[in-house]
Amino acid sequence: MSAISPSTTMPAAVSHAAAADPIVVRGTLLSQVTLGVAVVLVGVAASLPFWGESSWMREFVEIACYFIFASMWNLLAGYGGMVSIGQQAFYGIGGYAMLALGNFGGINPFVAIPLAALAAGLIAVPVSRVAFRLSGGYFAIGSWVIAEVFRLGIANVSAVGGGSGTSLTALRGIDKATRESTTYWVALACVVACVALVYLFLRSKQGLALLAIRDNEVAAESQGIAVKKMKLAVYVVAATGAGLAGALYFVGNLRISPDAAFSVNWTAFAIFMVVVGGIGRIEGPIIGALVFWALNKFFSDYGTWYLLGLGLLAIVVTLFFRQGLAGFVQQRWGWVAFPTQRTLKG
Amino acid sequence: MIDTLLQGLLLGGLYCLFALGQSLMFGVMRLTNTAQGDFIVLGAFAAIASAGLVAVHPALIGLALLPIAFVFGYALQRYVLNGTLGRDPLPSLVVTFGLAIVIQNGLQQLFSADPRSLATGALATESLSVGPLTAGVLPLVIFGVAVACTFALQWLFGRTRIGRAFRAVSDDREIAELMGLDARKVYALATGIAFVTIAIAGVLQAMRTTVAPSDGPLLLLFAFEAVIIGGMGSFWGAFCGAMLLGVTQQIGFRIDPGWGIWIGHIVFLIVLVVRPQGLFPKTRG
Repeated sequence: MSAISPSTTMPAAVSHAAAADPIVVRGTLLSQVTLGVAVVLVGVAASLPFWGESSWMREFVEIACYFIFASMWNLLAGYGGMVSIGQQAFYGIGGYAMLALGNFGGINPFVAIPLAALAAGLIAVPVSRVAFRLSGGYFAIGSWVIAEVFRLGIANVSAVGGGSGTSLTALRGIDKATRESTTYWVALACVVACVALVYLFLRSKQGLALLAIRDNEVAAESQGIAVKKMKLAVYVVAATGAGLAGALYFVGNLRISPDAAFSVNWTAFAIFMVVVGGIGRIEGPIIGALVFWALNKFFSDYGTWYLLGLGLLAIVVTLFFRQGLAGFVQQRWGWVAFPTQRTLKG
Repeated sequence: MIDTLLQGLLLGGLYCLFALGQSLMFGVMRLTNTAQGDFIVLGAFAAIASAGLVAVHPALIGLALLPIAFVFGYALQRYVLNGTLGRDPLPSLVVTFGLAIVIQNGLQQLFSADPRSLATGALATESLSVGPLTAGVLPLVIFGVAVACTFALQWLFGRTRIGRAFRAVSDDREIAELMGLDARKVYALATGIAFVTIAIAGVLQAMRTTVAPSDGPLLLLFAFEAVIIGGMGSFWGAFCGAMLLGVTQQIGFRIDPGWGIWIGHIVFLIVLVVRPQGLFPKTRG
């Protein structure tokens, strides 16, 4: 992992050198330009319901869910070092929690989205007690088993339609235009919040600790970092984000079933996006989601061949191009849109 | 009740064959093969396709597949998977997971999503009765093969030169290489052998029940659970884990068909919490 981001081995050196008063540079020209462009883009995007078509909004909501889920997988695997094939557990929990709060609790589904995300985060705490018994590759498959436990469990609950699923009836009575534009705005807000929170977190002291853990757990612990607490925190945050994506997706979709909500494909697509975009970089899932959206738009009609191609692409990128697109750009031209490292000058 | 137990043990025989390859690959090179189940399905479809071309007994087809599987596994490890090994589990997970998706969709393209099976003639229906107990001949044969394979692998691992090389690279790759071993070749050999057990598992799975291109992930989870319940690094452990899983699922199915697999997963998670090292950890000396 350290090959991906050589700068993360710096923290110890930084704290010592700080005494000699060098200037710590954290932003880059590109990062400031990115911020400016992002503000403009978000502003334009926010006005889309007034001039755009509703199919664009639906498409955005869908890709937003993929993106949020992928960026949470990136946080967990790329920064936390916990490679999971079971994050669909929290995606599904988010979806079902939103549905239960809306259909049975009488809560407005849009209000239920953040509550469902919190529910997914809460459930992640006891789940981590089981999942953390395993590490490395076995953690990945162990989390998959846990996701299956949730899928099979909910498939046997008749109140939510069992295996064939149910509809989000709580949105009845809200007219289509209002529903679509509200869903779109919530999705946009979630994407902005997701990028901002991950960025600020990774730039914080805790973020630095997380990078240190990823690069060498034992060394990090010997430096006084509470490794276990940190890993749990990342796991819970990633689960909350995954739950947010799931709740949002099924508000847009209006129908939920265990096979759709707990499908391993969510995680498979997230892995694809993160690996192609560049793991362990904030830009990674953003670029990955755009690539995935484009591929999906042009090739998804090819069905099995399309999925086969995605699988092959992920293999080829991992074998020959491990830093992904964002990493390639950084190594080739030194462009970093979201710098999290501290660079010393002088 | 005793009948359920017997059926569970026989089912466990099949799960044991699923698990052996996983256990071997993890034991030698800490590689988690997330495409384990899909390779089993691939083996099953290879046998089904061959059976459509040549009219011989499926057991013969299975035997003919074994050397092919060995070469396939050897080459896969030598030219693809060796490049993914390292302290970071991500590359090997992504590559094997990618292979799983390629196999699933490739098989679906070639054979459609329909479940198929390997016709075994009279063997499919024959059964033996002892007192009140009745067991199919085929499941008994599968159980026997599972015992034989477990025994053979444990012997190979503990008593032969190849096994010594496996244990050496497993314990410390660098020292083993200083002693003249080529770890990349040893790894390839291990995967080759693992793929022989995968082919056996695939052919027997297709003989006993049906297989569909999308079955792989479920078989992977069963294999994985058997390995973890039994305790990593022990073939007899994987055997016992498979037995426990088979019996649990069979009891679950008896209670309610909708919960059988779920109860199997739950027992796995309970073992993980109560005894994370597995029931019989590290019995290989």
